Amino acid sequence: MVMETLEQIKARIENAISGAKPEIIPNESPSAQRSLLLDPAHAVEVAKFLRDDSQLRLDYCSNVTGVDWLDLIIKEKVKVKKVVEGVEKEVEEPVERKRPGYLEAVYHLYSMALKHGPLIIRLRTENRADKNHVPSLTPVWRGAEFQEREIYDLYGIIFDGHPDLRRILMWEGFADHPMRKDYVEPDDYEYEPTPHDEVLEKTKQHHSPEPKP
Amino acid sequence: MLGEGIIKGMVETARNFVGSYSDPERLTTVEYPEDKIPAKENARNFPFLVYDGDDAARGLRCVACQICEKECPPKCIYIVKSKDKKPDYIGKPQFYPAVFDIDVSVCMSCQICVEVCPFEAIKMDTEFELSNPDRFGGLLQDKHRLAKSNEYYHKIHETEAAEVDARLAAEKAKAEAKARADAEAKAAAAAKAATAAATPKPAPNPTTVAPAK
Amino acid sequence: MFMETAIDTPESKYEILPKTLSNGEMDGELLEVAMGPQHPSTHGVFRMDVVLDGEKVVKLKPVFGYLHRNHEKIAENTTYLASMPYTDRLDYLCSMTNNWAYALSVEKLAGLQPPERAEYIRIITGELTRLVNHTCLVGFLLQDMGALGTPLMYAFREREMILDLFESLSGSRMMCNYMRFGGCRVDLPAGWLEQAKRAVDSYSGFLDEFEKLLTENEILVARTQGIGVLPPDLAVNASITGPMLRASGVNYDIRKVDKYGIYDRFEFRVPLGDHGDVYDRYMIRLLEMRESVKILNQALRDIPAGPIVDPKAKLRGFRPKVGEAYGRIEGPKGELGFYLISDGTPNPYRYRVRPPSLINLTVLEDMCLGQDVADVVIILGSVDIVLGEVDR
Repeated sequence: MVMETLEQIKARIENAISGAKPEIIPNESPSAQRSLLLDPAHAVEVAKFLRDDSQLRLDYCSNVTGVDWLDLIIKEKVKVKKVVEGVEKEVEEPVERKRPGYLEAVYHLYSMALKHGPLIIRLRTENRADKNHVPSLTPVWRGAEFQEREIYDLYGIIFDGHPDLRRILMWEGFADHPMRKDYVEPDDYEYEPTPHDEVLEKTKQHHSPEPKP
Repeated sequence: MLGEGIIKGMVETARNFVGSYSDPERLTTVEYPEDKIPAKENARNFPFLVYDGDDAARGLRCVACQICEKECPPKCIYIVKSKDKKPDYIGKPQFYPAVFDIDVSVCMSCQICVEVCPFEAIKMDTEFELSNPDRFGGLLQDKHRLAKSNEYYHKIHETEAAEVDARLAAEKAKAEAKARADAEAKAAAAAKAATAAATPKPAPNPTTVAPAK
Repeated sequence: MFMETAIDTPESKYEILPKTLSNGEMDGELLEVAMGPQHPSTHGVFRMDVVLDGEKVVKLKPVFGYLHRNHEKIAENTTYLASMPYTDRLDYLCSMTNNWAYALSVEKLAGLQPPERAEYIRIITGELTRLVNHTCLVGFLLQDMGALGTPLMYAFREREMILDLFESLSGSRMMCNYMRFGGCRVDLPAGWLEQAKRAVDSYSGFLDEFEKLLTENEILVARTQGIGVLPPDLAVNASITGPMLRASGVNYDIRKVDKYGIYDRFEFRVPLGDHGDVYDRYMIRLLEMRESVKILNQALRDIPAGPIVDPKAKLRGFRPKVGEAYGRIEGPKGELGFYLISDGTPNPYRYRVRPPSLINLTVLEDMCLGQDVADVVIILGSVDIVLGEVDR
């Protein structure tokens, strides 16, 4: 069975839930799996709509993932009007724009009842530091329970409304979130007979080079 | 009847018990280490380096290109390139590995080094009895321990080795034919230059050394 | 039959009981037991914090992470190809299907199409892996039930034949590392198909023997029927997949739904359970093995000659276009998916495994509540987990 197009779903969400502003995220790879960005305020409502709507019935939340997007500096050329040697001219100037980093939770939804999918929805936090909250969709799909816990553990997104938000893979009391792109490994050197690249640099810090026998 | 299923199961077990004495196909136990199951032709354990001829130091096919070192997933290969060159099987001067170490305690037998090697220099061994009292030194194999002859390679992977030899022979023949053609062209050009001594010299022939690839 | 899915998880269930009771010590009513991590029935290093009222389970919290090695981080720091051998080590009983799922996702991301012969080889190795996994599972489940030795040894004897096939094909019994993006690594060696045919032909006989040994056994029936019942609406809502879902009666098999590879060419049925108890989960595995044998017979008969790798595929310097892809297959344990984001570099920007073992454990507590502590072991055994995949 074929699912509606993303545009149709978007229009129906906007009709059904006032204030919800889903946004289509393009994907130019050959997979062409586009996704729908939801605003956190209406995310739970939209999720319930997607699950219960008779044409969609996306009752199966297959995969929940975190993604870490670092601050990005986008370099663009912008046409600016400028006075050059007394004459006004249109000149191209390089402009640097900073896109602040954010954390993202990605949900892959399928329908077991109607056997279609996937619909990919995304939730974004405001930034990577203090405003790292998104609403939990575990009350809608219980299958997200362990996966949201895993994202909390490895990425540090806090899911508001999750029934049991604890670390799952790392131990209690572990401070950092190891899947973040700027995670720094602890400096615990282990002996390795064939040191390489970074390990080689580490080795040098821990051992002064010894002459070979 | 209660207990019927259990009796049925017992009969099946008894049948197998008796059968395992009468039928040689069902005697699956092998008395290791006195008896060994012969290794499969495609079996793989840890890599070794192939050398041609009798001298391991001279015949090593490896040219220290360090592709395997880069592609190795657990980074168990460590190569230091030589400063000087020596001729390879075609006769073209090539670098050779001054150091070539494989840490067998790190290697996970994935065979990616074999797949990416463009010189057919590294192959998979079937030797698995590598237990050693020295945890680090004993499992760090240097190039002298890794080097094994082409005859050995033929013994363990017959079909594959035959294909490799055919490919290398074809390459060598191609290179030789090219070198011969170049030499002939050169001679012809020289003869032409000699006959037309009065006329200005022609442009020098750029292909003096035949490239291997 | 498909039921309405509208359950909102009651929050009260997740209240964490105090470690000690109000007066500072155990008052003899509730007993807190840590089953595992060093417990033979947990299939590895896995812990269940169980609260018992006499013999009955009143609360159960699974604890993970003992085998955590951050597989995803390792994969994000290395090339696409170099992650392939690591996928073998996820669910180490079924490395072929792990390879397949990863290769499928990368093929979606990069737009590669494996040739016909490669697709057939994938189906053959994938279904052989399903046989390996289900045979092992049944052996382990009986082991958990106290049938020490015999069923497991019977299962392992048959598994060995298939592992021999894998060894002569890929070079390794368990860590096959066989699939490549856009095809397979090597072609079938001479005589492999005949050997595989022999193994598959003898498999139905083994299944008959196995069923004679076990299926009608009164002890097995008494210990498994009506134990650990999983209702279908909960199973769907909790994203349970694979044989566990179908034992609850939900007809969802990705081989039929997605028709990935060339599964639409094969004739097979999807067995479904009625009750969703441990016995159904056991039977589903046996029935699925018979269907796998059917698929194998068709594939071994029809396999064509031809190339085994897409000519567009590159071994070195592989850089997919910017974008993302999610590919999934019906692994022996459930939906095994890989989610990849490419930023145009040789390393994936995001690499995610959807582990069926972990997600199927979501309902472990629901199935165990009110059961005896001895049944917890069986229920866990019937979920079919491998800790290499749960913890990654």
